[in-house]
Amino acid sequence: MKKAQNMPYQSRTLGAEAWYRFKKNKLALGALAIFIFLALMAITTIIIDLVTNNSFYDKYVISQDLLQRLQPPSKEHVLGMDEFGRDILLRIIWGTRYSLFMGAFAVLGASVLGGIIGAVAGYYNMMDTILMRIMDVFLAIPTTLLAVAIVAATGPSLVNVVLAIAISQTPTFARVIRAQVLTIKDQEFIEAARSAGASDARIIFRYIVPNALSPMIVQVTMGMASAILSIAGLSFIGMGIQAPMPEWGAMLSNARSYIRDAWHITVMPGAAIMITILILNIIGDGLRDALDPRMKN
Amino acid sequence: MFRLILKRLLLLIPVLIGVTFLVFAILSLAPGDPVLVVLGDNATEEAAEAMRSELGLDKPFLERYVNYIWDLLHGDFGKSYKTKLSVSDQILSRFPNTILLALSSMLIALLFGIPLGILSAKKQYTLLDNVASVGGLISVSMPNFWLGLLLVILFALKLRWLPSQGMSEGTGPMLKSLILPAVTLGTGIMATIMRMTRSSVLETMRQDYVSTARAKGISESQVTTGHMLKNALIPIITSAGLQFGHLLGGSMLTETVFSWPGVGRYMLDAIKTKDTPAVLGSVILMSVSFSVVNLLVDILYAFVDPRIKSQYKKHGKKSALRAKKQEA
Repeated sequence: MKKAQNMPYQSRTLGAEAWYRFKKNKLALGALAIFIFLALMAITTIIIDLVTNNSFYDKYVISQDLLQRLQPPSKEHVLGMDEFGRDILLRIIWGTRYSLFMGAFAVLGASVLGGIIGAVAGYYNMMDTILMRIMDVFLAIPTTLLAVAIVAATGPSLVNVVLAIAISQTPTFARVIRAQVLTIKDQEFIEAARSAGASDARIIFRYIVPNALSPMIVQVTMGMASAILSIAGLSFIGMGIQAPMPEWGAMLSNARSYIRDAWHITVMPGAAIMITILILNIIGDGLRDALDPRMKN
Repeated sequence: MFRLILKRLLLLIPVLIGVTFLVFAILSLAPGDPVLVVLGDNATEEAAEAMRSELGLDKPFLERYVNYIWDLLHGDFGKSYKTKLSVSDQILSRFPNTILLALSSMLIALLFGIPLGILSAKKQYTLLDNVASVGGLISVSMPNFWLGLLLVILFALKLRWLPSQGMSEGTGPMLKSLILPAVTLGTGIMATIMRMTRSSVLETMRQDYVSTARAKGISESQVTTGHMLKNALIPIITSAGLQFGHLLGGSMLTETVFSWPGVGRYMLDAIKTKDTPAVLGSVILMSVSFSVVNLLVDILYAFVDPRIKSQYKKHGKKSALRAKKQEA
């Protein structure tokens, strides 16, 4: 506080203010750095596949070498070899794309759909009851169960898994946004905008949505963590990404049969899932503190 | 109070109708002909037709739904396509196992989560608090099917202390086979409850009535249990209740890892064989118990917190619910 008095007044936008607070949280900053690294790594593998026309992928990530199967971690293969003699580290690196990008797409879908439903429900009293009762029905089914049911009906495929997770997360987003809209819409600046002749759409998108963004951003981070968990879980029970694709949950599913022979093929892919979710949780906590300092105890 | 419960019960009915409709719709609109699953691809057209009318699949969707609900209300979940056994019997014989697993996980979570939460709140920013916080964060981030596999490797395969899967016969062995799955499911919830307890106790610690209690000379342990914990309990109860609901409807991964004979694993097996009535019945049972548990939490909430109860009396249900939602 003392410092602030001595300094000339500096105005910051909400984003700059949040970033200023987020920066001070070293743990969260570190987690963000790791997350960016993971994302860049995933993009790099995609570029490699495109450039080499999948030949690297076919040769090292997919093709089997039974002589080397189940070899424990060594100097040449840091995380060891899996049940078909494939390098686990390479497979984990190549599998990053599924967790990160499918998770991102699922959350994007859920936030757009949930955002629209929540905004409409919060803004128009008439729609509120109908939409939120429908959302209540979705919320009455546990998230994983709903995702499993949808995939069971539509069949396991990349797109279906993303859709299933997006749909199962939509009600949560709708609730968050609706609560925000309800508190914002009665404030004076909204009344001012309305009296100046702004249309409903303009009021919602220009004035309400930007002010409702903070909890949304936190929810996106947390939603991404739970989406990654769902993708891995669905693949683990054979309803997500199928072998031989190097998805982490699918790797775990295969490792289960060799649990007596080699511990490392079970430990490594799970550790990858845990670390990714852990850094997302840390980022989410940091963002919540940064975006809404009142929440911090 | 009675009116509140009655009202909430009545409100549950449309939600349950919605849930059954949604699940029925999702699973009925699935591509693939269930008749061909039962008879195999080589079935003659006449046999398929006969089967279809026998299963009622030739009727329009809405009629099938109404029939299904009608049977459901009479406790009939239909027959499994695969085994021809009654789905109700199959599910109801497994449901107690799922409940047992959920209760034991909850017990572990509460037994360790609440004391740890109180301790880290009272010793905020000490080593203990930091270790607990980091441990909590890691436990929350761990996929529980993976934790289950790790526990199997350590306690079943390396140390050979506990069975790696299944539910053993007899009370003693059964309890032994319950430990690993219960710990697996309980760990994440324990962490959630610990974090909730910590922040909730931290909040009540700063209240004036706690200082007053101390000033009156009440012993520290009494202040902790009587003044802090009692007031901190409401968010803990809510969170525990919600988690319990999730346990009833979301333990299928852990049940799979440990081959625990519960409803979740039954459902996953049924999905693999495209046994729609079995899947439908399991999903509906789990969703309905999830909703009922949530309702019970809501009611319990009002019982524990006199402030909420009085709000119900003063302004009716809506404002109390709104106040509760804001708090959450």
